[in-house]
Amino acid sequence: MSELPDAKIPTQAQAVWRNGAFGLGLAIICFVLFSTYGKSLAPWAFSFPKTQTFPVARWISQFTKWLINDATFGLFTFTDLTRFIAAVIDLPYQIALSLFATGFMSGPGSSAVQLLPPISWIAVIAIVGLMGFYIGGRRLALVVASCFVFIAVFGQWTSAMVTLASILVAVPLGIAGGLFLGIGAYRWKWLERALLPLLDLMQTIPVFAYLVPILFLFGFGATAAVVATLIYAMPPMTRVTMLALQRVMPEVRDLGNMIGCTRRQMMWRVLLPSAKESLMVGVNQVIMLSLNMVIIASMIGAGGLGFDVLAALRRLDFGAGLEAGLAIVALAIALDRLSQAFAGSSAATGNRSSRGLIARHPYLAASFLVVIVSGFLGLAFPAVQSYPEMLQISTGTFWSQVVKWINVNFFDALEAFKNTLLLNILIPFKRLLLGLPWAGVVVFLAISGWLLRGPKLALLTGALSFLIAATGQWEKAMITVYLCGISVLFAALIGIPIAIMAAERDRLWGWVRLAIDTLQTLPSFVYLMPAVMLFRVGDFTAMIAVVAYSVAPAIRYTVLGIQGVDPRLVEAGRAMGCTNLQLLTRIKLKLALPEVLLGLNQTIMFALSMLVITALVGTRDLGQEVYIALTKADPGRGLVAGLAVAFIAIIADRLISAGAFRARARLGLQEGAQ
Amino acid sequence: MSSPEAKLVCRNIWKLFGHRAAEKLSEMGGNPSLEDISAAELVSAVRNVDLTVNEGEIFVIMGLSGSGKSTLVRCLSRLVEPTAGEILFHGTNLLAATETEMIEIRRHKMGMVFQHFALLPHMTVLNNVAFPLEIQGIGRDEREHRARDMITLVGLAGREDSYPRELSGGQQQRVGIARSLAVEPELWFLDEPFSALDPLIRREMQDEFIRLQSVLKKTIVFITHDFDEAIRLADRIAIMKDGEIVQSGTPEDIVLNPATDYVEEFTRAVPRAKVVRVASVMKPASGGAPEKEVSDRSTVSDAAALFLDGAERLRVNSADGSLVGILHKSDVVDLMLRG
Ligand SMILES: Nc1ncnc2c1ncn2[C@@H]1O[C@H](COP(=O)(O)OP(=O)(O)O)[C@@H](O)[C@H]1O
Ligand SMILES: [Mg+2]
Repeated sequence: MSELPDAKIPTQAQAVWRNGAFGLGLAIICFVLFSTYGKSLAPWAFSFPKTQTFPVARWISQFTKWLINDATFGLFTFTDLTRFIAAVIDLPYQIALSLFATGFMSGPGSSAVQLLPPISWIAVIAIVGLMGFYIGGRRLALVVASCFVFIAVFGQWTSAMVTLASILVAVPLGIAGGLFLGIGAYRWKWLERALLPLLDLMQTIPVFAYLVPILFLFGFGATAAVVATLIYAMPPMTRVTMLALQRVMPEVRDLGNMIGCTRRQMMWRVLLPSAKESLMVGVNQVIMLSLNMVIIASMIGAGGLGFDVLAALRRLDFGAGLEAGLAIVALAIALDRLSQAFAGSSAATGNRSSRGLIARHPYLAASFLVVIVSGFLGLAFPAVQSYPEMLQISTGTFWSQVVKWINVNFFDALEAFKNTLLLNILIPFKRLLLGLPWAGVVVFLAISGWLLRGPKLALLTGALSFLIAATGQWEKAMITVYLCGISVLFAALIGIPIAIMAAERDRLWGWVRLAIDTLQTLPSFVYLMPAVMLFRVGDFTAMIAVVAYSVAPAIRYTVLGIQGVDPRLVEAGRAMGCTNLQLLTRIKLKLALPEVLLGLNQTIMFALSMLVITALVGTRDLGQEVYIALTKADPGRGLVAGLAVAFIAIIADRLISAGAFRARARLGLQEGAQ
Repeated sequence: MSSPEAKLVCRNIWKLFGHRAAEKLSEMGGNPSLEDISAAELVSAVRNVDLTVNEGEIFVIMGLSGSGKSTLVRCLSRLVEPTAGEILFHGTNLLAATETEMIEIRRHKMGMVFQHFALLPHMTVLNNVAFPLEIQGIGRDEREHRARDMITLVGLAGREDSYPRELSGGQQQRVGIARSLAVEPELWFLDEPFSALDPLIRREMQDEFIRLQSVLKKTIVFITHDFDEAIRLADRIAIMKDGEIVQSGTPEDIVLNPATDYVEEFTRAVPRAKVVRVASVMKPASGGAPEKEVSDRSTVSDAAALFLDGAERLRVNSADGSLVGILHKSDVVDLMLRG
């Protein structure tokens, strides 16, 4: 190291690091000794005394009941509030649903007559095509229109329109909500201070955990699903808004003051427009996260594609599930491209000249025309109104055949592969973790926190892990840690070598990036299906799905880290006569370490969020707890288990971040104080 | 010389960043040293600055990066609230103005040009220039008319409908200048307006600025870290170091009599003839004055060119055309040889 240009600064940090490493080593030795010989000395340290656990789950359930039955704000009750929110969501949702899927009906229930049909499939495709053309030209129009044609051809149209309706309601609400929270946090420091930890928690708490309370408050149905989607998709928009406003150049703020803007003019005329580019990232996030929620939301009443996937998964009908899943992907691609192109286009900014109404909005006028003409034509020719069934293609049986064929021909090989890994790695690791004393782990985590950052972190990691034990969830939590740990290990073993190969080969990286970008737009459920098909239910299947889902950040961050290494240092290394291998291990990977650690962190977060979903394929961890709570509508149990997952995520996140910070300081890469 | 009217007067301006800065400043007796300030865990930006800007002059504040120039100029418009001191604009104390009064003053009497242009990316050139007027609530036709005039003034006619990202750095700063002039400010602040530009463009923009000022005759506070730029543009210069003004005066004063070693460092590379005015080198008029004439405000290096046709002496006129002295070739050569 000492040959490198800025190696002088970190010597002190290095000494601290060495002391830390020494302390950590000592702690590990004590911990191992205690784990092996301590069981007879202190049995309470191995399994938390049953009589002492905090019945938090029961308290939460009672609290929810109280909220629904008795809570009041004086003028109105809590139930009034939830009814109001439900109404605000329900009205636009019903309109969107009628417009795209069901048509406008009159009369009660099944005897209702259709007053107006929904917008015809041809019109919808024409409209999205026009939007694509207006925003991004012919190419975009083609991509977007093909996505929708794909949906029609594969017979997913009606379900897709139901899903689209709920997205069209959730996205604007999510954007507006996030924007206002972000603006509020920018204006009032106390709101920011209150929001930041909440946003952190929301990002780590698994979606399942708050499905149960939502189900309780809003009942089963599309409204509850939209609420869940909002809660899931709003935090990133809030965070993006806060960051985007803070990052506006101080000179621009000075300009606003200098020309005498009032507060409102400053926000709406100067700051927000200047931050538009970053804000659009948030908008895109809201769209993608809303689509990500489609399947999960169908558990509490969203119909559409999500429901189709879930139903297929329950029937183990791989083909049907895949087609509905791909329709979600097509929807995601279309909306993603549209919103990204919108962010970069002048359509979002331009307000050059103005003439007549139709001349000013030719695209809008054309869209109306298509809707009306196709509506009338649809009365005469049904094929114009809805895509003819005759022309639909289904590959469902084909895929089911493929899976069957694989299972017939490769059953033994797959089974052997699975059993080898299970017997030699998974099960021993699980036994090891389950045998650890909870008290020892708590102390160990606290000491690690202390050594990596200081007493505050020690308190956090210690307290959170203690709470997991004290709420009686230690064993389930350990299974979660085991599944997550083993998946992250495999994700790293697969991802990091790929990243090392791709980092310096531009073409390869282009392909790899395309692959991981696509992987990340797939709804997480899609990963489960092939795994279940090939390996049936169980830990191993869960692991495969989690690895597939979480390998993307491992690759991405490692590549970014390696590409970000100062080329002068690499050159210096080469000048010293390092071999390629030495360059890689001694310079590039070493300097990329902080980035790799952050990637690891992300991988863990991805793995945990996927892990909860794999509860569907029969794991025995915290995810299963949440899932059971959902089916039993037990809000306390679900929330407590969900929080335990969040705690695991927070502990991992804080410890690794502290480690990355240290690594950075040690390498002298820390950015100077601002 | 009649004393010109003072437009902006500052007395004992302090700006310290940090918690409870104002209380700590008065606890430290109102005039703490740098050590006292850092001991109190404050960051010092501006210390005890006095300055006077006269009607119609270009007042340049020059200092290295971090010397507190930006903070000082922002104190003058209260974009940054001074920790202590007094700012008199037309004799009224700005620091006593309410928020709404301040908004009015900034809207109508002040304009500012920024180092990194601070153009709004989502607006055309025309809308950017018209933006300060739009904020004031002026109708579309009038504000666009005024904006077009300003755009023509800075030589960008024809680019009204471009977006900032489609312009070069120099052109972007012209837009910034046009925008700051659109409200016809009495006080014009420029915070390192040319520092982000390439040297050739910078030179061109300085010429443009001199041309504009000969038409507009604004009262200007111009910030720069470039000493050459300062002596080129300034009527008077204040040199800042660690938040204090170490010397202020005309470019000639500063180059001929640097107050400290620090100032002398800057002046060393400056050719004397470029700053010294004819009035400082001329001899009293005695006997017959020669035909060829030169203004007493010209620099010696400008006057030198007039000796090229073999003249030995030049008649020196004041602004009103009356004879005030004689400039001898030998004195000019002497000065130029001394560097
Ligand atoms: N908002 C702020 N908070 C704390 N310190 C500041 C702030 N703004 C400026 N400073 C400090 O004040 C000093 C002067 O800064 P500035 O006025 O920007 O200098 P210049 O414009 O001459 O480069 C610097 O040391 C800078 O770090
Ligand atoms: Mg500055």
